[in-house]
Amino acid sequence: MSASELSGEKAWGYPVRGILWALVVCLLAVCLLALLTGRYPELGFLSPHRIAVDEIAWRLFFNLRLPRLLASLMLGMSLAAAGLVFQMLFNNPLIEPGFLGVSQGAAFGAAFCIVFLGGSALAVQGLAVLFAFLGLGLSYLLARRIRYGGWVLRLVLAGITVSALFSAGLGLLKYLADPLSQLPEITFWLLGGLSSITWSRLISILPAVLVGLSVLFLYRWRLNLLSLNEETAFSLGAAPRRERLLLLAAAVLATAAVISVAGMVGWVGLIIPHLARRVFGSDTRLAMPGSLLLGGIFVVVCDTTARTILAGEIPLGILTSLLGACIFLLLMTARGFQIQR
Amino acid sequence: MSGTILEFDSIAFHYPSNHRKVFVDFHLVIPSGNATAILGPNGAGKTTLLHLALGWLKPDSGQVLLDERPLEQYTRRDLGQRIGLLPQNEHSAFEYSLLEYVLLGRAPYLHSLEMPGSADCQLAYQALERVGLGDQVNRSVLKLSSGERQLVLLARTLAQQPRLILMDEPTAHLDLGNKKRLLEIIHGLTKDGISVVLTTHEPDFAAAVATDLVLMRAGCVQEAGPLGHVFTSDKISRLYGSPVKVVDVDGQKLVTWWLDP
Repeated sequence: MSASELSGEKAWGYPVRGILWALVVCLLAVCLLALLTGRYPELGFLSPHRIAVDEIAWRLFFNLRLPRLLASLMLGMSLAAAGLVFQMLFNNPLIEPGFLGVSQGAAFGAAFCIVFLGGSALAVQGLAVLFAFLGLGLSYLLARRIRYGGWVLRLVLAGITVSALFSAGLGLLKYLADPLSQLPEITFWLLGGLSSITWSRLISILPAVLVGLSVLFLYRWRLNLLSLNEETAFSLGAAPRRERLLLLAAAVLATAAVISVAGMVGWVGLIIPHLARRVFGSDTRLAMPGSLLLGGIFVVVCDTTARTILAGEIPLGILTSLLGACIFLLLMTARGFQIQR
Repeated sequence: MSGTILEFDSIAFHYPSNHRKVFVDFHLVIPSGNATAILGPNGAGKTTLLHLALGWLKPDSGQVLLDERPLEQYTRRDLGQRIGLLPQNEHSAFEYSLLEYVLLGRAPYLHSLEMPGSADCQLAYQALERVGLGDQVNRSVLKLSSGERQLVLLARTLAQQPRLILMDEPTAHLDLGNKKRLLEIIHGLTKDGISVVLTTHEPDFAAAVATDLVLMRAGCVQEAGPLGHVFTSDKISRLYGSPVKVVDVDGQKLVTWWLDP
């Protein structure tokens, strides 16, 4: 057997590592295009010459488009990587990062802040992160109390319960909210978007995203091991509960940070890992970098479209859901697609 | 070979979800370098025993000794390098190649952040060759029959290079040809000095593969010792609570049974 065959290089009949590098180039190109695309001075591209000579163009480029591009990159990469981690750890390809009460917790925290604490951007962000972690913590504690089934099943049941509780709480908050001021704000947050991003908000989430994504990237081969039955993972030298908790915490850290500034942006964490596995195979040595790159590209394209295509901005969550559902449908109807459950 | 690889010393155990004790003051010694079959009816505690031997389940009292040292004195990685588990079945929702799947057997030799290297890939490939799947390294694990999947799990355990392999009902999904292959592999392993402990419902397979036999019923050892001493008509009849006859066909012991008139 040749070295390339043993490394899995020929497993898919095409050079997967080459595709990974092609995606890096593609991401850079998409980022450059996103920075230059918009509605100033008119719909189309902003020339580099204009950025240099026009002060408004320079401010637009540096203070609005650049932080927004970086935020959309972080959003896409975090949701995609966290989605892959959740799917692997639960050995279930239909799970996304909002699982375990994380998304519903963040939504409840943001709505609570809007209704009762004035709803300043920083406070909404802080409470969304806090309640996302509270969702994870409650799911974990509840799973420990359930005296039925294996650890993964108990976490799934606990996550469903905690999500339902936060969902009920969110419904109550929407009912209590002022329909003219607070309710639209909650609705807008729930639809997701990056229109309010600034350098300071971006920098506030940067450490959490960097730490979370670094842990997920470094542990990427280990994820394969942790997708196995607990006793099998244990027999292969892993500490499955401790390592799973570490990876879940890292995934929730990155997810909560990006959700806190972007609101609820659906489908990225579900569809991108599917797409990455389709191209790079299930081994997370390649599926993880593939998810990071595809997630970044997907959200940058969606966000650029959301702020450009109409005079008024389309909420990002609507576009990601629309495109995500279409891609999912294409994947499901494609030949050879299968979900083994 | 002589000596002891595994010892269960005064083990008491119950599952948290069930107050009924699976084991009460359980003793068993497994000789080193042999194939030991644990034979018993459903619910005898065979799989629980393997999970206790693995260190996955902790006894309420008593201790499990590996090479005369309590399991608690080993680190997870140490145990992973010494004991391999062949589970009864395993489900993956993801489309790994056989090589990628077997490569996971190298995990006990790698640190948490370390990736497997070319030497690990070579060992995984050799393990696949040993189970007869060396020409299918790029095939998807989702496209295997249940018998082939069992062989891939065995290859992963072989890639782990343990001194003791625990096999939980290894013949459950195997056809006759693959059973014979498994038998040959187990004989090869014991020749290399690797100890094998397997649970089975099949007395014939136990008789064909094992040098030592443990008869278990309701969490108790009914009989244990060399095959020739334990594998007799009256002892197997007593184990299953039903009359059987052990016959010798060309040097191979087989169990025959009949319906009561």
